[in-house]
Amino acid sequence: MRNIWVIARREYNHFFASPLAYVVSFIILLTLGVIFGLTILVYSQNSLNGGFGGPPPAPDISGITGTYVFLLVLTIPAVTMRLVADETRMGTMELLLTAPVRDWELVVGKWLGSFLFMLTLIAVTLIYPLVLNSLETPGIDQSQMMTAYLGMILATGAFLAIGVGISSLFSNQFAAFFVTLAVFIFLWWLVGFPAQYVQSGGDIFTYLSMQNHFSNSLNTGVINLSDIVYYLSLIAAGLFTGSAAVEARRWS
Amino acid sequence: MIRVEGLTKDYGERRAISNLNFETKQGEIVGFLGPNGAGKTTTMRILTGYMPPTEGTATVAGYDIVSESLEVRKRVGYLPETVPLYTDMTAFEYLKFMADLRKIPNSADRAFEILEMVGLDKRADSHIGNLSKGMRQRVGLAQALIHSPEVLILDEPTIGLDPGQVVEVRNLIREMGRQRTVLLSTHVLSEAQQICDRVLIINKGKIVAEDTPENLQARLVGSERAALRVRGDADGLNKLVSKVKGVQNVHAMPDGSVEFQFAPGQDVRPEVAKAVVNGGYDLLELHQVGMSLEEIFLELTREDAGPQRHRKEK
Repeated sequence: MRNIWVIARREYNHFFASPLAYVVSFIILLTLGVIFGLTILVYSQNSLNGGFGGPPPAPDISGITGTYVFLLVLTIPAVTMRLVADETRMGTMELLLTAPVRDWELVVGKWLGSFLFMLTLIAVTLIYPLVLNSLETPGIDQSQMMTAYLGMILATGAFLAIGVGISSLFSNQFAAFFVTLAVFIFLWWLVGFPAQYVQSGGDIFTYLSMQNHFSNSLNTGVINLSDIVYYLSLIAAGLFTGSAAVEARRWS
Repeated sequence: MIRVEGLTKDYGERRAISNLNFETKQGEIVGFLGPNGAGKTTTMRILTGYMPPTEGTATVAGYDIVSESLEVRKRVGYLPETVPLYTDMTAFEYLKFMADLRKIPNSADRAFEILEMVGLDKRADSHIGNLSKGMRQRVGLAQALIHSPEVLILDEPTIGLDPGQVVEVRNLIREMGRQRTVLLSTHVLSEAQQICDRVLIINKGKIVAEDTPENLQARLVGSERAALRVRGDADGLNKLVSKVKGVQNVHAMPDGSVEFQFAPGQDVRPEVAKAVVNGGYDLLELHQVGMSLEEIFLELTREDAGPQRHRKEK
């Protein structure tokens, strides 16, 4: 367990020395800021106009959390692409694989380091619900906010695990980037489509779609066990793929 | 400390090393000598637990390299050929990271201590990317030594260093070798001659010779050689020398000296000296010419060197 922590800590510190991590933070926080500003603006405009048939409902935080998870599809591939691939390219993989560290500890450590980095970013976004809460009386829906944030954290963990797994398969980080992006686009949008067209058995596609487990579920304040299981299985699958890929490298 | 039995490794169709057997003892510095692609790095990677062998077994510090890989890795310090460094870290951060991975208590103190040992304590806070090649090599060596391993495996430890640094690193290795086992690979033969207690010559994945540098020379050379030099004109010296009993293969060298050979154990140098002096020449020098490790190496790794196996009998 200590090995995981040592590797995670190095990875976490690395993010704060890496321009890419700042670019990712900038993109996410800037977009969220703009969306947040617009939400407030539109709401206040509508309130002044009186809205259609009564005052409009007070905005909740789902717009921000939903945008965040959508942005993950585009930014996580950049966060995870180098995690394992770069070690292979730089030759430091030889260092880690001959140190008394198990292959899975290495992969889990990499994932944990990036997860802690993204959690730091998520902590920064807490400013939006706090501001929103102070603007509204009697405040925002606390339980909706909690589940939405739980969803954000779980989705982040799942995306990162898939990214680490894919990064382990490549020694070229750009190859890792594009494959990760493709997998995310598939998981987020494409996999849900067949459900609308097939007569039966469409449930499986709906279940696989990540959007279905966030936008229509946790982000609306509903907690289903199946959603939690979905994210945890993605994390396990990603980390397992990573460990298997690192071990397979030894045998090649 | 290291015991290798029948070690074989295939990369797909290509056999990188084939049925290697050797053993090293504690406090011994063993040199692994061979041309590029001979299988040195492959063998070292197997012994350090980086990759498993296709066939055969090996134990390092008493632990099996496959089934007890983690125990082996705890006890081995390894410097790979391309020094694995995180260029974005400072030398100190990097060594502290390695010390933490190796679960060394007070890792920061130890990192600084080892930096002092390799003479980099003044550059502790420099980013590794800004260090010279020699300094990076020393950081790599520090990483291999940080946990005071029982076995040290160094892949081309002096490559790319300037002559001063080479001497420093060699001294460091020799010092390390007093208490632990060192296996180092090199293609600089004089290096092997200088620091190794024993040399393994490997070619095309097979060990072709294994002995001390001195014995290798003695065993390989079928006859001994000597050279003599006289003052002034050396005309007729060839004939004179070849008349001495026991002398074979006399030839004049381009620099004016004369080289001759004789069977091992039958030193004819006193007779030759007498003959030269009696012949009216002023003898300036007469010395034995050893076959250098370079020559042995070339001899053994030649394409047709198959039958010339000189292995120490157990």
